Amino acid sequence: MGLISNGTTIFDAGAMASGFGGSMKFIKKLTASSSGTLSFVNGASNVVLDGTYKEYLFTFNNIHPATGGTLFHWNMSIDGGTNYNVQKTTTTFRPFHYETASDTPEWAYATDQDLGNGTGFQTLVQGLGNANDENSSGTLQLFNPSSTTFVKHFMSSVNMQHTSSAPASVNWNAAGYGNTTSAVNAVQFKMASGNIDAGVICLYGIA
Amino acid sequence: MGVISNGTTLLDAGALDSGVATGSMTLIKTLTASSSATLSFLNGASNVVFDGTYKEYVFKFINIHLATNGQNFTFQADTGTNTSYNQTITSTSFSAYHGENGNSGTLSYGASGDQAQGTAFQLLNSTSEIGSDADQSLSGSLTIYNPSSATFVKHFMATTNWNELNDFTGQTFTAGYFNTTTALTRVQFKISSGNIDSGIIKMYGIK
Repeated sequence: MGLISNGTTIFDAGAMASGFGGSMKFIKKLTASSSGTLSFVNGASNVVLDGTYKEYLFTFNNIHPATGGTLFHWNMSIDGGTNYNVQKTTTTFRPFHYETASDTPEWAYATDQDLGNGTGFQTLVQGLGNANDENSSGTLQLFNPSSTTFVKHFMSSVNMQHTSSAPASVNWNAAGYGNTTSAVNAVQFKMASGNIDAGVICLYGIA
Repeated sequence: MGVISNGTTLLDAGALDSGVATGSMTLIKTLTASSSATLSFLNGASNVVFDGTYKEYVFKFINIHLATNGQNFTFQADTGTNTSYNQTITSTSFSAYHGENGNSGTLSYGASGDQAQGTAFQLLNSTSEIGSDADQSLSGSLTIYNPSSATFVKHFMATTNWNELNDFTGQTFTAGYFNTTTALTRVQFKISSGNIDSGIIKMYGIK
């Protein structure tokens, strides 16, 4: 049954008509618990990662590693999550400010964390501490992953607390493109070493 | 027909009641380029709202594809019903680059992409570098704050990722302000030379 008000369809077929409600649609929340990987696969577990939206937004909340000093990174798949190895060309840079205010802040390109048509996982943050209060939070935008015409642009900005050997606030910015014209239909996040001890990743579609 | 629950009107006259909780990001307008010289959002025309209804407006760029190689994606704004699109801008621009061949990972200020009380269209990438290969494009977003203010200058911030014509990835951060206390009523996007071959621009209001 639908609901029509003054000639305008408000609800029909179990959904609110387009034009009503907000444009940022919650799709899926994954909560880490000593997790080796967290994966969002289109069509599995109610995940939508296809042409339904032209932009997808991942949010990272309090991502805490089991192993100190590691990096948190991600990759894309074009085969439903069988392989996470999409070729990527990327940039990375980060402002870096120590808890000891007298230490000189840094603001530099990170040549060791970018990819030049590499298929490895792309760094979101590096040097993440694992003390109880240390974690990282931020966002990743992925544009039009289902396109079969264009490469797949993405941009991430994640802040983290650097490992206690040099405690600091570090704002990692990574961007680039998956250099493929095949549709991307799955995304995976993991630590370079050890598990994701705790944290939440949410996926949204931008209508 | 309206819907009233426990004495509270939820919807009436074809619209949700303003007191009904919905998302805070509202899609206002989608424009799709097709060999388009310009794409313009004019308050009051074609269902576009660009006034005091929202304090923040976000434009999303999805796979903006150029007809002409090596050009810039740009924007300007205007007041009233003016069509000159030549408001005074002071802005900053910086970019990160990295080649598909793994070379030249750099982070630099874009002196040729900023303006000091200039009236030109503001670049949303670094100078003259977006490629027009079939799989190349630009994606990202632009936020304009409180364009209807009669008191303050109008701040904006943009972040884009794009394919450089020589097979680099580029991420550009642009920010600044329209140095006017007159309300902005319209925004126009165009390529520095040649058409917007294809692509989508979505405009949102943030409550």
